[in-house]
Amino acid sequence: MKKFSYLLMSIMGLALISSCNNQSKGAANGALSSSAAEKVYVAPGEHDEYYAFISGGFSGQLSVYGLPSGRLFKVIPVFSQDAEKAWGYNEETKPMLNTSHGFVPWDDAHHPDISQTNGELDGRFVFINGNNTPRIAKIDLTTFETTEIIEVPNSAGNHSSSFVTENTEYVVAGTRFSVPVPQRDMPIKDYKGNFKGALSFISVDPEEGHMDIKFQLLMPGFDYDLSHPGRGKSHGWFFFTTYNTEEASSLLEVNASQNDKDFIAAVNWKKIEEYVNNGGGTKMPANYAHNVYDDETHTATSTMKKEVLVVNPSDVPGAVYFLPTPKSPHGCDVDPSGEYIVGNGKLSADLTVHSFTKMLAAIDGKKFDGEAYGIPILKFEDVLAGTVKSGGLGPLHSEFDAEGNAYTTFFISSEVVKWKLGTWEVVDRQPCYYSVGHLMIPGGNSRKPFGKYVVAMNKITKDRYLPTGPEVTQSAQLYDISGEKMELLLDFPTIGEPHYAAGIAADIVKARSRKIFNLTENKHKYAATSDADVRIERNGKEVHIYMTMIRSHFNPDNIEGIKVGDKVYFHVTNLEQDYDVPHGVSMIGANTSELLIMPGQTETFVWEPKQVGVWPFYCTDFCSALHQEMQGYVRVSPADSDLDLSWSLGD
Amino acid sequence: MLLGALFPLLLFVFPLWKITLEAPQYPTPLGMYIYINDFADANPHDIKNINLMNHYVGMKYIPDAIPEFKIFPLGIIITSVLGLLIGFKGNYKWFLGWFVLMLLLSSAGLYDFYLWEHDYGYDLDPKAIMKFTNPDGSVMGFQPPLFGSKDILNFRAHSYPQTGAYCLALGMALGFLAFLVGKREKKQAK
Repeated sequence: MKKFSYLLMSIMGLALISSCNNQSKGAANGALSSSAAEKVYVAPGEHDEYYAFISGGFSGQLSVYGLPSGRLFKVIPVFSQDAEKAWGYNEETKPMLNTSHGFVPWDDAHHPDISQTNGELDGRFVFINGNNTPRIAKIDLTTFETTEIIEVPNSAGNHSSSFVTENTEYVVAGTRFSVPVPQRDMPIKDYKGNFKGALSFISVDPEEGHMDIKFQLLMPGFDYDLSHPGRGKSHGWFFFTTYNTEEASSLLEVNASQNDKDFIAAVNWKKIEEYVNNGGGTKMPANYAHNVYDDETHTATSTMKKEVLVVNPSDVPGAVYFLPTPKSPHGCDVDPSGEYIVGNGKLSADLTVHSFTKMLAAIDGKKFDGEAYGIPILKFEDVLAGTVKSGGLGPLHSEFDAEGNAYTTFFISSEVVKWKLGTWEVVDRQPCYYSVGHLMIPGGNSRKPFGKYVVAMNKITKDRYLPTGPEVTQSAQLYDISGEKMELLLDFPTIGEPHYAAGIAADIVKARSRKIFNLTENKHKYAATSDADVRIERNGKEVHIYMTMIRSHFNPDNIEGIKVGDKVYFHVTNLEQDYDVPHGVSMIGANTSELLIMPGQTETFVWEPKQVGVWPFYCTDFCSALHQEMQGYVRVSPADSDLDLSWSLGD
Repeated sequence: MLLGALFPLLLFVFPLWKITLEAPQYPTPLGMYIYINDFADANPHDIKNINLMNHYVGMKYIPDAIPEFKIFPLGIIITSVLGLLIGFKGNYKWFLGWFVLMLLLSSAGLYDFYLWEHDYGYDLDPKAIMKFTNPDGSVMGFQPPLFGSKDILNFRAHSYPQTGAYCLALGMALGFLAFLVGKREKKQAK
């Protein structure tokens, strides 16, 4: 009898536990089972399994998160000035934001992509595009800093960018807005047939990673929305989605949504590369900035380039084809094998998947359905591999796991849908909160995805977090995709608008992350790499202070002989050689930001004193127990004073 | 015996001693190797960072060179040559003599090391940023241990011999062993 009652109790206990589970799963708004919390919990002092590089959208920057925890580690300044890090404020990085339009302190950062070797992520660089004033930036993953930005001429709304080929031969930048090429004064209504869409192939030096526009393909005046490289069997090709094949220039929301099908442009870049290597293409006058930051001089230089090589697609027969794709496709995604090209027709309910093999066969058989501006259009039925009948609305972007599954975001029906490549059947669907844009699986744009998590980036959050006035946080959501069914694990806030992301296993990157800059390698023009180099030089009204900083003092910290009307350059070198000991410096009344200087680095700010007096400066980054003592004074005398320059420390 | 005389020469290759400083904010501890003729970083820039740390309590910078770096190598070379000569000459009683000489010199070296450590830990700058006193009111010293581990403020300091010291000890032990073997052979010969 006693035994029986134990049994009964344990059965009741089990029932209780399972009903709890049911309850938590039943609560659709994200009340989660405790196992979800365990899956995203990274214990204090432990490291995340993946890095996620999430675009900052209209913040212009690139954010670095850990997955699965969703913790923010760093916001890397790219296209926008960042007073915290003096990016675009100090003399060293101002040239990075130079363009043919002058200094542009902001951009709209869109699609990060990680460099690849043999179709797998190698973790050397992240590329990201500036959409507004067309630029491509390269972030070095040893320093997690932007080290190169190249402007893209003949482009406007640099959106179908910045995706890399299988061995990072090229980072590709396509224009969203077609424009007159070259730019000229002409009526807007003459758009059709006159505007061009430039697709730029920017070569990446295999050793140093330096970028150079190899050629621009001048395509018909459509809008080029997104793109992806072929891989494996389709390596050598690049695919671009288009919309506005109507070539409307006004009220596009209606006028660019009339055609039942737009195109995916398939570009055989190997063929065009061969063509230009043999002297093909036309050198066209241009004006665009190429900005490079050097880790040894700690200084950027900006060079204006005056020429670009353009290629007319009809001059290279067999290089470009159009694949009809319903309806204004957004994402253009290629599966890990390179066989399937997914067109995410954003005004449609279905997903169109083209077959690379069928495309080649159709090209061989010359089964064309007419042409557009001399570019052959393949027959839809001849290239179609299958259609995913999802019942969702507004497919935007697909990524892949390593098991032959694809995951597609549906903006309008606000969900992630999992489906099988080849059978096109929908396996699972999970809601997003709310209106998901793009999604990311670490390695999802490569031959070898790490198919454990998917991050969905949402356009709207409304009630998901504590309210913060009319402007609420942007947000991403993390799903576990290791099982048959996806499981929502975590919401986490993001910066700007998280357009797009790229992820990579942390082990590939973290061992190469630099700790300090070696003082012995500091080649900054105004560096003072030891106290013996400390000095102040006057050249007319220009004063250069060669200053050092180390726990916890500046050398010099008393300066006299500065006059009203001087232009004073503080060149400050951090003499520390210990990990995680940056110092900051700021001067009262300086019309610029602080400097935040890493060990071994030199940075410069300019101060133009306007008032007589004795003015303090101090260290802005807590550096030691004596941080509060890390300060100094500058005596500013009247403009006509004849007080000589003098400086000291500790007298 | 010949081997015994050669082993101490490995001191020119391997470090003699190592001092390690552990603290929570140093997940990779700071460390310094002491060679017969040099101080060396355990990890890049460690000595610079030890100096930076120690200046808060008024300790002197670890010098680039000390007179011992000239004397000790000379001592090792002389005693090794001496050991080799004795080895060839082959009188076992001399082996004992060499062993005792080495013992005396090593002890003197250790005592010298202790004196340096003491000076380093106690001869503090009167303008030190932070001054600490012991419970009895005397000035707190920061001498690292000669051998073993010890808490010094927020640091835990370790001081242990390294491969070089073991080579020296092995060489001396071989010298002594050679003496014992020689003695037994002499007895048997009788």
